[in-house]
Amino acid sequence: MKFTLNGETTDVAVHPAARLIDVLREDLGLTGTKEGCGEGECGACTVLVNGEPVCSCIIPVAQVAGTEVMTIEGLGGDHPLQHHFMNEVGAQCGICTPGMIMAALALGPEPTLDDVKIALAGNLCRCTGYSAIYRAVMKWKGMPPPEASGSLVIE
Amino acid sequence: MRTAISGLDLRSASSLDDALAILRDDPRMLVAGATDVYVAVNFGTLEPRRLLDIWALDELREISVRGETLVIGALVTYTSLIRSAAIAERLPMLVEASRVVGGAQIQNRGTVGGNIANASPAGDSLPVFAAVDAVVVLRSVDGERRVRFGEFYTGYRATVMRPDELIVAVEVAPVQGKQWFRKVGTRAAQAISKIVVAAVRAPTPRIAFGSVAPTVLRVPRTESALGEGASIDEAARILSDEITPIDDLRSSAEYRRRVSVNLLRRFWADTSGQ
Repeated sequence: MKFTLNGETTDVAVHPAARLIDVLREDLGLTGTKEGCGEGECGACTVLVNGEPVCSCIIPVAQVAGTEVMTIEGLGGDHPLQHHFMNEVGAQCGICTPGMIMAALALGPEPTLDDVKIALAGNLCRCTGYSAIYRAVMKWKGMPPPEASGSLVIE
Repeated sequence: MRTAISGLDLRSASSLDDALAILRDDPRMLVAGATDVYVAVNFGTLEPRRLLDIWALDELREISVRGETLVIGALVTYTSLIRSAAIAERLPMLVEASRVVGGAQIQNRGTVGGNIANASPAGDSLPVFAAVDAVVVLRSVDGERRVRFGEFYTGYRATVMRPDELIVAVEVAPVQGKQWFRKVGTRAAQAISKIVVAAVRAPTPRIAFGSVAPTVLRVPRTESALGEGASIDEAARILSDEITPIDDLRSSAEYRRRVSVNLLRRFWADTSGQ
C-alpha cells in the first residue's frame, strides 16, 4: 500500500480494510492524530487527503492508495496556525486540536467568521467554547478576530 | 486496536466494468465514501463481512445535463453538489440538504449513491429525490434498469437492488415550482435528523418527509388536498394521519408529528405569493 504521507512516499504492508487512523498511529507511529468518537461525528481524527479534510477513523486505508495524506505532524510543529492556537489558548485538553487545525487548513483566503464556523462545524470541542479557536484561525488568516461576546467579572 | 476489522474482506474495484464483474461472480456489500459503512464497522454492527470498495470509480463522479435531464453520478459527494452550478440552478434544495449533512469531513466523502443505497429513513438527500420523482439508474453485467424513486424502497432499510447491481446515477427531470428544504436536528451540524422535509410548490405540491416512517415518505393525500384548494389547517390534519413517526433515541413520535405539521405550514407560508 503506497501513498504520500506528509510529503514522503510511504509503503506499508497493512490490511486493506484497516482504518486509516490505525495505520497512521499503530503502523506508522504518528500519534498526533486522535480518535474521539469513532463514528465521524467529532472530527478529532481529521487528516487531509489530497487537501480535503476527512475523518481518518471511518476510512479504509485502501481508499488512500496513491493519494497525498497530511497529518498534524506534517506541519512540523512550528506552523503559524499552531502558534495562534497556543497564543489564543485555543487548546485546553488538546484532543480536538490536531483535528481543528487540519480542518482549518482547508479554508480559503479571507474567510468570514461564518466561513470559519462552517469549516469547523465537523469538529467538536468540549473545553474552549470555540471562541478562542475561531480567534486563532481568524488571526492566522489576517482577518479581524471576533469580539468577546461577554465578560467575566469576579467581584 | 479497538476496531473490529478482523474477518473483514475488502476488495477494491478499479473501474465500473471491474466492479460489475466482481458483483456478478462474488456479490459483496458496496463501500463508497464509507461514512456509514465504517461507522458500523467501528460499532461492531456491520453484518456483511465481504465488501467491495468502489471509491476509485471516477466515471461515477460526473454531474451533467442530458437533454433536459439532470444526471448525478452515484459517487458525487455532498461537497461536489454544493459547488455545482448545475445543481444550484436546477435543484437548489439539494444544495441546502448537502450543507447540513455532517461537517466538511463527511461532505467530502459521503456520496449520493451511498445515501440512497444505505436506505436510512433519516437520509438527508432522500426527501429531495422523493419530492422530485427522481429515477435511480441501476447497472449490472446484464445491463441497466431505471427505477422510480417512489418504488426504490420496499421497507425499512430495504430496496429493490439485486446483489449484482450498483447505483450508477440518479436522474432528475426539470422541476417546476419553488423548492423548499428544512432539516430539524439537535444542532446545525453533525446531527442525524429528527425530521427532514423537501417540497416543491407546484399546482399539486410535491412533499416528502424523512424520519417519520420506515422509509422516506411522500404524502400524496396531503399533496392532493392542497392541490384541490384545501385550507392549510385541513391539510395539516390529513398530514398528521398520513405520517407514522416513532419514538427513538433522537426524538419522540409526538414531537415529530407536531413538528412535521409545523413544517408543512412553514413550507406553505414561505412559498405563498410567488
